[in-house]
Amino acid sequence: MKIAVISGKGGTGKTTVATNLATVMKATYVDCDVEEPNGFIFLKPDIKESLDVTIPVPTIDTDKCNHCKACVDICQFNALIHVDKVMVFEKLCHGCGACQAVCPTLAITEEERPIGRIQIGTYGEEGMACLSGTLNLTEPMAGPIISQLKGRLGQETSLIDCSPGTSCNVVKGLLDATYAILVTEPTAFGLHDLLLAIDLVEQMSIPFGIVINRVHESHNQVSLYCKSKGYTLLGEIPYDRQIATLYSNGELLVRQSQYKAMFHEIADGVKEAMACSSSL
Amino acid sequence: MKICISSTMDKEGAIADKRFGRCPYYAIYDQATKDYHFIENEGLAEAHGAGLKAAQTMVDQGVQVVITGNVGPNALRVLDAGHIKTFAMKGNKVEDQIKYYQAGELKEITTPGAPHGGKGRNGFGHQR
Repeated sequence: MKIAVISGKGGTGKTTVATNLATVMKATYVDCDVEEPNGFIFLKPDIKESLDVTIPVPTIDTDKCNHCKACVDICQFNALIHVDKVMVFEKLCHGCGACQAVCPTLAITEEERPIGRIQIGTYGEEGMACLSGTLNLTEPMAGPIISQLKGRLGQETSLIDCSPGTSCNVVKGLLDATYAILVTEPTAFGLHDLLLAIDLVEQMSIPFGIVINRVHESHNQVSLYCKSKGYTLLGEIPYDRQIATLYSNGELLVRQSQYKAMFHEIADGVKEAMACSSSL
Repeated sequence: MKICISSTMDKEGAIADKRFGRCPYYAIYDQATKDYHFIENEGLAEAHGAGLKAAQTMVDQGVQVVITGNVGPNALRVLDAGHIKTFAMKGNKVEDQIKYYQAGELKEITTPGAPHGGKGRNGFGHQR
């Protein structure tokens, strides 16, 4: 069972919600925001395993190549160019293997190219599983790392900490999720980008609930909007100096009992909403 | 010898385009016949690698000189491999580029500009 945490707008508190909620729900935490993963700053897990993520890129045997350009024509990503021989632009390559499939002289073989890393660890005495992916600097393609992270999950409850926005990487994080938690803030930007996120989860038919972070008045534009539309409001995190202090010290909020209770409430709301949506 | 100028339109009198991979048309000038031949840039809408696709077009068209505003690192690598010389445009019109080139007034581009220069509303290909 996968619960994706997305936000539309960046910096609204996806990681705060995902890490703290994972600990109270005793769920696996998966940091799929591989361009800037930060969940492990708060969880500080014991790292048990660290492995490279690679994608296959073509290498061309110039002796076998008959310069037919079939590989150049089939490549949808403009990663292959033919001048006097075929040039490979690795960073554009998505590793789809089409070039190898169409080559009539079998001149193309694939070589694994590392693009990032996955770390697997455990948190706390109960050994809560934590996974995090990191895309190497200057690499443009995060998708394969997200796929590999999610490929390691089984039936256990897991919280998928996604990238901000509504990009391909977010879609990849949302795929096969049973529920989505949309984190936003009570500002015009927060509401605007929340609408984009809602549009995305509705198109993917994923039931969702909303968490509003940095709330300083209960009647704010986001909560009023949710009420008017009948969306599930899972909880509100207060605009609170102590939370900011804990966050900047890289500490989980659930270390303090009042916040722990708050996340338990959010967790109960998630469980209830999921039970309701699965019975429909 | 064939000279290619990145162009905003597909007719004579067109304004040259400073974007190499993301310009709508290419004006190909044949020095022997003194004629222009316009082709559409098929790579214009590519999500990635528009410059590479454009460079491949230059190679396939047998162009020996490219005159444009800015060329990214990948495209310049292909143009170099194809022994195609690249020059920085001056002024506005496509026809003027040929005059400037023949008078030896254009500067060769030997270092690439920033990648994705012609992409999006904020690409500096639009600003300069």
